[in-house]
Amino acid sequence: MKAFIKSISYYLPKQVFTNDDFFITFPKSIANKENLAKIGVNKRHIASNNELASDLAVKSALKLFDEQQINPNDIDFLLFCAQEFDYFTPTTACVIQNRLKLPKHCGALDFNLGCSGFVYGLAIAKGLIESVGIKNVLLLTTSTITRKLHPKDENLRYLFGDAACATLISTDNSNSCMHQFSFGTDGGGAEKIIVNDGGTRNPINKESYHEIVNEYGNITSKAFVDMKGVSVFSFSIKTVPKLIYDLLQKNNKQINEIDLFIFHQANLFIIDTIRKKMDLPEEKVFNFMEEVGNTISSSIPIVLYEAIKCGKAKKGDTILLAGFGVGLSWGATIITL
Amino acid sequence: MITLNEFTAKLELEFDDMEFGPLLPTTHYRTIKGWSSMHALIVIAFLDANFDILLTGADLKQTQTIGDLYNLMLQKK
Repeated sequence: MKAFIKSISYYLPKQVFTNDDFFITFPKSIANKENLAKIGVNKRHIASNNELASDLAVKSALKLFDEQQINPNDIDFLLFCAQEFDYFTPTTACVIQNRLKLPKHCGALDFNLGCSGFVYGLAIAKGLIESVGIKNVLLLTTSTITRKLHPKDENLRYLFGDAACATLISTDNSNSCMHQFSFGTDGGGAEKIIVNDGGTRNPINKESYHEIVNEYGNITSKAFVDMKGVSVFSFSIKTVPKLIYDLLQKNNKQINEIDLFIFHQANLFIIDTIRKKMDLPEEKVFNFMEEVGNTISSSIPIVLYEAIKCGKAKKGDTILLAGFGVGLSWGATIITL
Repeated sequence: MITLNEFTAKLELEFDDMEFGPLLPTTHYRTIKGWSSMHALIVIAFLDANFDILLTGADLKQTQTIGDLYNLMLQKK
């Protein structure tokens, strides 16, 4: 019995930060408006101060149960992917199990990954189902990144949004499945996307909030996300094509056999550059970031959900999913919908 | 092999949103009004697409002028 993606729902926090709001907050950025438009975002949703990653995740799961008539008692494993956890210990997934009233025989696990998180989650789910005998994996991916953006960081406040996605990975006799995966890690690039202070390695100290201004005038500090955008761009256009070619080889597929490419929504300029570099037809690359921004581990499932909703992705389609980013970490898989 | 002037003219076409007069080999690109990290990405994408050369952020930091970018391209080719 093969594992497959059975259903997806997603939740967006109510507060919205539009481009109009952005240019009121950062009026000097209007001079850069045309370039910012290349990023491909018009608005992003922002979690409120008392809305934690687990809260968003619970809301997305409840939405999934309701929209897809899923019985929580059928879930026998819960995966929670986030960068923000309720407590140092216990595992937040255990707390979520209780909140969602999942059965006590359900396994529960946290993992901390960003942009590649959804693909890694699918791989774990596939292993649990096809090797361990689990029947239904609930994968919750969340972004509450806006809480960790410096108030004066124009670049990242334009790009990122909050969201949570609930994906049910299950098994039945249909032809839907997940094929082989490819992964990669380069911890040497860890500092390219990092919140330097506030973890165990570097506790918050009086220097954590000192402003750091980069060569382009963008501001952050060690207590907030520091993303070296130019380096991340180079990493992306170097790594993602190789990842895809490796994945195609593993799966014994040609590139023209892929019906749809869904990339992590890093930003539209990165995706366009990758698409042109690989000579992928425009109509085979589907994006959805105008309304939500870069939602980190939720970006791929949100795009997949929207692709299915608008008919761009149909049952039986061969779809390539590729996530890449913080870690540095990357992963991709091919699914038959 | 593309000349420095041809390289400069080709790169200038990538910056359709900027009003800075003609781009010259001696132009210190970081001092162009409105220069941002997005323009740095455009330079990297330009070099990758046209010359199959992928610059890192560290590579770019070593250059000041359009001529420096051209020389770096030749060096890496």
